[in-house]
Amino acid sequence: MPVRSEAGLKVWQRRDRNKQLRIWGGWFAGILVFVFCWQIISGETTWFFVWDSPRVAADISSRMWPPRWGYIYKIWDPLLDTINIATLGTVLALFMAVPVAFLAARNTTPNAYFIRPAALFIIVSSRSINSLIWALLLVSIIGPGVFAGTIAIALRSIGFCAKLLYEAIEEIDHTQVEAIEATGASRWQIMAYGIVPQIMPAFAGITVFRWDINIRESTVLGLVGAGGIGLQLNASMNILAWPQVTLILLAILVTVLFSEWVSAKVRGAII
Amino acid sequence: MADIAATTAGRRWHKPPFIKNPKLRWGLYTGAAVYFILASYSILAEVNWLRVYEGLPRGAKFIGGFFPPFPFSNILETGQFEELAAQRLIDISDGLVESLTMTVTSTVIGILISIPIGLGAARNIAPLPVYLICRGIIAVSRSFQEIIIAIFCVAMFGFGPFAGVVTLSFATIGFLSKLLAEEIESMDPGQAEAIRATGSRWPQWIVYGVQPQVMPRLIGLSLYRLDINFRESSVVGIVGAGGIGSTLLTAFDRYEYSTAASILLIIIGIVFLAEYSSGKIRARLQ
Repeated sequence: MPVRSEAGLKVWQRRDRNKQLRIWGGWFAGILVFVFCWQIISGETTWFFVWDSPRVAADISSRMWPPRWGYIYKIWDPLLDTINIATLGTVLALFMAVPVAFLAARNTTPNAYFIRPAALFIIVSSRSINSLIWALLLVSIIGPGVFAGTIAIALRSIGFCAKLLYEAIEEIDHTQVEAIEATGASRWQIMAYGIVPQIMPAFAGITVFRWDINIRESTVLGLVGAGGIGLQLNASMNILAWPQVTLILLAILVTVLFSEWVSAKVRGAII
Repeated sequence: MADIAATTAGRRWHKPPFIKNPKLRWGLYTGAAVYFILASYSILAEVNWLRVYEGLPRGAKFIGGFFPPFPFSNILETGQFEELAAQRLIDISDGLVESLTMTVTSTVIGILISIPIGLGAARNIAPLPVYLICRGIIAVSRSFQEIIIAIFCVAMFGFGPFAGVVTLSFATIGFLSKLLAEEIESMDPGQAEAIRATGSRWPQWIVYGVQPQVMPRLIGLSLYRLDINFRESSVVGIVGAGGIGSTLLTAFDRYEYSTAASILLIIIGIVFLAEYSSGKIRARLQ
């Protein structure tokens, strides 16, 4: 027990002196890094605009209210597009994620030295690049539209789904697989009767979870031209039609809350 | 016994279906099939296939841009290091430094603000009015995408990394306070009560009774958020909020695919490194 003596009295301390010093050193280094970074940021900031921002914020919010309700007839189609992008993108991603997950899981991979690292690389690169960047890339390659958005969502979701799925595969109960093996089943039969039933609940949960995230992400894909409600948002912002922007944001909020509710319900039913 | 064997002998075993109720199962299957046909039709009907066909060589060029990525490809083509290439390299490193500083600053600011909000949003230590206000802040921060918040920040604070820092800090608050509050709500009340029983005041109670229980998780979450903030900092630049995203946008707009490829490789590399090291640190803490 670390104790400090103070005028002959023993006083309890939480840590001994060396540990306390190390912790202070760590804090000091952290604060130095933060101050250094902050100076770079503040050097690139035009402070006049920042001090002016309360006025701008008040100005924008006064223009944003009330929302232009009549515009709602123009956003049904883009909203439907958004949901289609998210759903089809998720389905496409699952088709590609399942084989990748089986190749990446330690207990099902055919080769731990070449194929597993390759599968892990696919997962990492798909996960580290945001769907907006995928969309930017695809819009520049195959042209603007809903199609580019769907592919972007799919490419982005592969990594997420495959990662969660391969972790689920690695955590399965091995005795069940062994029981199927003992019946003399082939490799594919073991997969279908020993492994798949065990990961099915995880698979369904991951699907719905990712679908929910994809709805959120597909609402902004339009900002780079990849279809959906974001296109309308971008157009309204460009012509400074703030009442329309408010309505679109409200529509996005309702859609996101709806998808969150659906996903929570479905996951609750599975687990 | 004998007639059970007789009745079951001729039947084959089938794998039990995932959804037990047959009506629900077939209803879901047909509903899904109809939806997919309609949705695929609506998407594929809008595709301009001629444009996709025209884009294929560009796609090939993009993939070719990875072998080798930008500075090396330029050296291979021209045999020397051109001035223009040097300028482009400076652009990339500037964007990268901006992204990294934005990541650090916004994570620190986000953590500092989200600790009090997290404490306020935990039902077992906060009174009801404080709880409701803090949960409200969390809900607002979580329901909008970073990019939408970034658009408003750019409109308010002007172009540049400051808008990005505000955006990412705001997004960090929603994420971190929510998870911190959940952690505090599921802590062991015995330890906290023991500190209470020594006659501690409220701040002492938090520091000695609550904080040691949630600290490992808080550090883990902060590292995880650092990771996410770097990823997001590469995106907010698309709407003008600074960072590597604006460099990337310029590269795509100019069809400079080998530059874009090298930026993407750098992002993947940094994310991988960050994920690996934060995983190691988290494993040591727990």
